Amino acid sequence: MTERLSVDVTIVGGGIAGCAAAAALRSAGMSVALLEKNLCGAGASGVNFGGVRQQGRHLAELPLARRARPLWDELNERLGEDVEFQATGHLKLARSDAEMAELERYANVAAEHGLRLQLLGSSALRSELPWLGAGVVGASLCAEDGQANPRLVGPAYARLARRLGADIREHAPVTAATRSGDGFETRTDRLEVKSRFLVNCAGVAAGFIAAGFGEDVPLRPLVPNMIVTEPLPFFVSRSIGVCGGGVYLRQIARGNAILGGGDGWGDAESNRSRPLTGVSLAAIASALAIVPALAGCHVIRTWSGLDGEMPDVIPVIGFSATTPNLVHAFGFSGHGFQLGPIVGEIIAELVTEGRSASPLEPFAIDRFARPAQAAQPPQAGVGQ
Amino acid sequence: MSALAEPIVAIVGAGPAGVRAADALARAGLRPIVFDEAERPGGQIYRQPPAAAGRVSSGIYGFEAKKAQAIHGVLRDGQDRIDYRPRTLVWNVFGRRLDLLTPDGYREQRFDHLILATGAMDRVLPFPGWTLPGVFSLGGAQIALKAQGVSIGRRVAFVGAGPLLPLVAHQYAKAGVNVVAALDATTFGAKLAQVSGLFASADTFAKGLWYTARNRLRGLDVRYGVRSLRVEGNGRVEALVWRDSSGLAQRVACDAVGASFGLRVEAQLADLAGCRFVFAPELRQWVPERTAEGRSTVPGVYLAGDGARIGGADVAELQGARTALAVLEDLGRNVDRREVARLDRVHARQTRFRHALDAAYPFPGHLLDAIGDEEIVCRCEGITAGALRQAARDKGAREVNRAKALTRIGMGRCQGRLCGETAAELLARACACDIESVGRLRCQPPVKPIPIVATAP
Repeated sequence: MTERLSVDVTIVGGGIAGCAAAAALRSAGMSVALLEKNLCGAGASGVNFGGVRQQGRHLAELPLARRARPLWDELNERLGEDVEFQATGHLKLARSDAEMAELERYANVAAEHGLRLQLLGSSALRSELPWLGAGVVGASLCAEDGQANPRLVGPAYARLARRLGADIREHAPVTAATRSGDGFETRTDRLEVKSRFLVNCAGVAAGFIAAGFGEDVPLRPLVPNMIVTEPLPFFVSRSIGVCGGGVYLRQIARGNAILGGGDGWGDAESNRSRPLTGVSLAAIASALAIVPALAGCHVIRTWSGLDGEMPDVIPVIGFSATTPNLVHAFGFSGHGFQLGPIVGEIIAELVTEGRSASPLEPFAIDRFARPAQAAQPPQAGVGQ
Repeated sequence: MSALAEPIVAIVGAGPAGVRAADALARAGLRPIVFDEAERPGGQIYRQPPAAAGRVSSGIYGFEAKKAQAIHGVLRDGQDRIDYRPRTLVWNVFGRRLDLLTPDGYREQRFDHLILATGAMDRVLPFPGWTLPGVFSLGGAQIALKAQGVSIGRRVAFVGAGPLLPLVAHQYAKAGVNVVAALDATTFGAKLAQVSGLFASADTFAKGLWYTARNRLRGLDVRYGVRSLRVEGNGRVEALVWRDSSGLAQRVACDAVGASFGLRVEAQLADLAGCRFVFAPELRQWVPERTAEGRSTVPGVYLAGDGARIGGADVAELQGARTALAVLEDLGRNVDRREVARLDRVHARQTRFRHALDAAYPFPGHLLDAIGDEEIVCRCEGITAGALRQAARDKGAREVNRAKALTRIGMGRCQGRLCGETAAELLARACACDIESVGRLRCQPPVKPIPIVATAP
């Protein structure tokens, strides 16, 4: 028996962006149905590193990251619970003079976008963090960056959206999303939702939805390879990355060190992913080189998940190029966590005002003209 | 077939199931590889003292001495037939590859066929005082005696809900320890009702009766139907307090408590191998699906012994041998049909006994009904029953992995091996739903903590 709903906006995907959009749209007085194939926040929003980072972002993303940052300060209040956000600062380490020069170049450009980075030479860096490995020659610090608990943010946004009146359906994988009259018809195996607007923030499955509207995007699965140690006495006071991005590491208040680097194994069709041992051991070796004091502690868990990555590693955010009232927000390419809250706001702006306060041109879905592949049949279904 | 083309059959576990599987494969001319965490073979039930401690005393194993020695002998004397790798943790399975932690560091092992004989561990349930120093599991108490030759205390009380209770009490008393109480959290009536089924394995049943009788001769009666357990003590165990079957408060002074309530399967590797799980109502646990022949749902991956469903050591030996024959069948080798029929026949009889034993020791859910909000459920992370209930009530957690994500329950060093079933039980109660519907904690590698070291690429 199929249940039928009629709403202003259907959102496909219950990650942070989707749930934040649902909350913002409800606040704007629109009726919202959100369809999530698994549990809200269980996808890329929940399995990522937990970095709340502006430093190092693609320049096109910086305006969004700048807008997102103040939202994190107010997030506990907005969500009504502690999502463990801490402005610990983010350090990007240089392991050679060439890398240090690259950090300097980035710092200069970032300053033009209003992001202040502090360059630290070896002695300044070591006076603050004497435990850093010998190979580190300097760093760039973004003091206002930080970290939060990714497992908490998505579910908390989903509960907020629900409290505001959004109709959130979990374990509801979308089987078809099509144009219907002036609006859209979105189906799961038990549900048929009619809506004026459709929002596609289905993560790695978003490509299938877009393809259904004639928008073939080069989205490929991105599989983080994450590792966590047993709790240790707290000493890693900053969230840490490296120039080039091969490894990243932070320590949470509980004491566990969380580190990642490289790609695991994943299959978007079956929605399965696994960390890879060789990748994990390589990430551990890289982490030990920058934080030797981790040697001898134990890894208690490794994990992965599925995100979507675009060839230029920046997301698709904005209106469809083919279909009125269809909004896309996907392909965050492994760094969407910090952006999630503002992307929710931007989606709501697009739906309610037809435009966003943020510059979205770089994120246009039609930036990849791919005539050679246009003849391929659309892939059936999503989220299997 | 050339030697190079010989299929690689890997076995995880050198307890009764793994050893019997290895033996049967070796008899058929294969050279299986047996990985085991321990220094010496035997598994938990036939665990041996460290080599440095000298020769195994048959006294440790009682009635089972012959079986224990036979199991030990297969790997001790079979080095040329079986590639035995002790002190090796298999910490991950992915595709046709095992990840190993060996005495020489991280290694990997490809396989064509994999037999998981990973055994079981104590099912631990929380009760007031259960985290006090001096409280052990029954299996832990037994290992202390068998492997280290030490007692967990001078005045020891035992609590259980399974056949391990009278056995451990007997072993401790025989070793000269002052066993001040042996308490069964299930009722005597449940056992009486199963007497006919228990005769399906008359010798095992007789041994149970013998332990009970010997305990009684020493003045140690197992007291059935105990409820409202509590350990008292200031910084360590000082007394055990309970209500007896007629509701009267009882108290005994002691300095150590051994307490666990049946067993749980160690099925993490089966999970990582991609095996489908089914709910086992008698265990109230999800277990990897196993055919009578030992096949899992993943081609090339087989299951034997308590790691798939609790059957005890004798069943594990049968399943190990039977599973090896399934591997041989799948390899297209000839197998002895009479041996297959014999194993299946004995196994069917043992299964009847097991069903009766399970019914004789039902899950003591009353202990969990009484757990207060302040009680710690997850020791690794210090997560209380109240935090779990709050996640269910206020945050809509109706599934254990979501409860884990929201509360950190099962997120510590043991990865939920100790608290996972308790968490599921409490979550089901909080959501007023079936235990089955809250699911099971997904396993993520490594199955046990592994050291951070810089390895050569």
